[in-house]
Amino acid sequence: MNRLLRISFPSLLLAAMLASGIAHAQLSVEIVGAGANRIPVAVADFPGERIVSQALTSVIRTDLDRSGLFRMIDAGGNAIPESASIAYGDWKSRGADAVAVGQVFPGADGRFETRFRLFDTQKQAQLGTGALAHSSSQLRSTGHRIADFIYEKLTGEPGVFSTRIAYVVKSVGRFELQIADADGGNAQTAFASSEPIISPTWAPDGNRIAYVSFQTKKPVIYVHDLAAGRRHVAANFKGSNSAPAWSPDGRRLAVVLTKDGNSQLYLVNADGSGITRLASSAGIDTEPNFSPDGNYIYFTSDRGGSPQIYRIPAGGGDVQRVTFEGSYNTSPRISPDGKSMAYVARNSGRFQLAVMDLASKQTQILTDSSKDESPSFAPNGRMILYATEIGGRGVLAAVSSDGRVKLRLPSAAGDVREPAWGPFAK
Amino acid sequence: MRRLFAILSLTLLAACSSQPPAPEQNASGVEDRAGRDVLNPVDNGGLYNPARLKDPKSPLSKREIFFDLDSYAIRSEFKPLLEQHAKFLQSNAKYKMLIQGNADERGSREYNLALGQKRAEAVRKALQLLGANEAQVEAVSLGKEKPRCTESTEECWAQNRRADILYTGEF
Repeated sequence: MNRLLRISFPSLLLAAMLASGIAHAQLSVEIVGAGANRIPVAVADFPGERIVSQALTSVIRTDLDRSGLFRMIDAGGNAIPESASIAYGDWKSRGADAVAVGQVFPGADGRFETRFRLFDTQKQAQLGTGALAHSSSQLRSTGHRIADFIYEKLTGEPGVFSTRIAYVVKSVGRFELQIADADGGNAQTAFASSEPIISPTWAPDGNRIAYVSFQTKKPVIYVHDLAAGRRHVAANFKGSNSAPAWSPDGRRLAVVLTKDGNSQLYLVNADGSGITRLASSAGIDTEPNFSPDGNYIYFTSDRGGSPQIYRIPAGGGDVQRVTFEGSYNTSPRISPDGKSMAYVARNSGRFQLAVMDLASKQTQILTDSSKDESPSFAPNGRMILYATEIGGRGVLAAVSSDGRVKLRLPSAAGDVREPAWGPFAK
Repeated sequence: MRRLFAILSLTLLAACSSQPPAPEQNASGVEDRAGRDVLNPVDNGGLYNPARLKDPKSPLSKREIFFDLDSYAIRSEFKPLLEQHAKFLQSNAKYKMLIQGNADERGSREYNLALGQKRAEAVRKALQLLGANEAQVEAVSLGKEKPRCTESTEECWAQNRRADILYTGEF
C-alpha cells in the first residue's frame, strides 16, 4: 500500500539557481499513501515530445501519479501518433481503463503545437481532445495543463497541476517567501528578509499575496504584487499587525491588530484604507478565514478559556462557537465548496491536522504527525497542504481531505513552513 | 564568511530597491525610529541617565520579563525592575520603548503571536500603572518566530515565554 516515489527536477533547479544567483530550497514530491481505487491510466509517448531535455509525457505521468488517484500503466515506450487508431484490446489487456496519446508538432515560428486525445478503453470511445500552442520553455506548464485535462475527464473535478503554491523557507539568518508550481518545481523568491515572514495568503486573482513581515522588528502586513514585484503596506498600526485573510472578492482583508489592546479582528481594504473593527472580545481573536461565499469569517478565539474556533457574519453580528471537542483547536480554513473545515487540533500534546464536516460536525484526524500547522486547501478541495516537522526539520506535506492520499514535499535544505495553495490559474 | 555577508547584503538591498516606498500610515506611535538626535536626557542624579541603559550595574540594563506557562501575569519578582523602567521613561520623555512579547514553539504561529502580544501587553499595562506615558510605549509580539532557545524541552520553552524591553536606538 505504502509506496515511496521520489521525483525531482535537477535541471530546473540548476536553471533556477543560475537565474537568481542563490540556491533555492527546491521541493520534491514523495507519495507515502495513495487512494484505494486508483484509475489505471496509460500515457503513450508523444511523437516529437523531446524538445528539451525532459519529455512532455514524463511531466504528465508524474502529475497524475502523484495525485494518488491514478495507477500509471506502462505504455511500452512506443511513441504513438496522435492520429493513429487506438488498439483498445491491447490497452485493456495491459490493464489500462484510459489511454492518452498525443503529438508535438513544430511550427514555422519556432513554437510548437501539442495535440492530444483521451480514450476510454472499456467503452471504446474518445473522452476528449485538445490542442495547446507553446514555446520550448513552456514544456512543463503544457504538461501540467494536459494532466489537468486528463484528471478532469477521468474524475469529474478540475485538476490543480497548473496551480502554484507559496511557502516560507528559513535558512541561517534568512527568510524567503517562495512561489513554486504545485509540484514544487520552478521555485522563485518573491521576497527575502533577515527577519521572519509568516502567514502568506493568495488573493483570489492569483496575482497578489498578503503576508506578515517582521522587517521593522514588529509584525506588519504587506500586499505583494507578484508580476510587478512591488508591495505596499496593508496594515502598520501601533502594536502587532498579522493574520491577513482575503475576502472572496479580493477587495478586503480580515486582519488582526493590537492597536486597542489584545489581538482583535478588523477589516481593511486591500490598499490599507478603511479600517473597521469586526468583533470584540476580552481575550484573543485571531486567524480569520472567510467562507468561500463571503458570508462568514471563521476565527480562533480564547474567549471561552481555551483556543477554539468560532464564526461571525462577515458584516459583524452574533458569534457562534464551531469546535467543542478538546482544549486546543486553531487555524480554521474553509474548503472551496464551503462544506468542510480544515484545522489543527491538539490531541494528547500532539498538534494534528483535522477536518470537520460543517453540517454534521463530524471530525476526522487526518495525520499521525505531532507538529502540524497552517493548513491550506487545494482550489479543487481534494488535497490539504500543511506544514509539519520530520526529523527536527520543517517540511511541507499534503493529505487528501478523506485522509487516504498522503504526500510529502521534502526540501534539500532549510526549514520549509507556512504553505499557501494558490487559486486556479486564470 | 565576509563575502557571504556581502552577497546577502546585496541580495537584501536588491530586494528592497525593487519596492517603492510604502504608503504612509500615521497610525503607528513609534514610526520615528531614526531620530536619535532628538534625545535630550535630563539628569536625575544620574540614576536614569540614558547611559545607565547599558550599564551592567544598573537595573535598567535588565530587559527581560519571564512568564509562567499559560500565564500573562507579571511575577512579583519583576515589579521592582518595571518600576525602574517606568521612572526612566518619565525622566526621558523623548525615549520610546518597544516591548517584544515571545511564546514557546508549541502550536499555531498566529495564535502564538497573540500569546506573545498578551505578554507584551501585560508589561505595557504595568508600566502605565507605574506612571509611564502611553505614547512612549509600544507593545508588539514576535510570537514563536525568534526563539532564544530552540530545543523542545520545558527549560527551553520557559526561556521563550518572555517579554524583552528595547529602547530608541535598539530597534
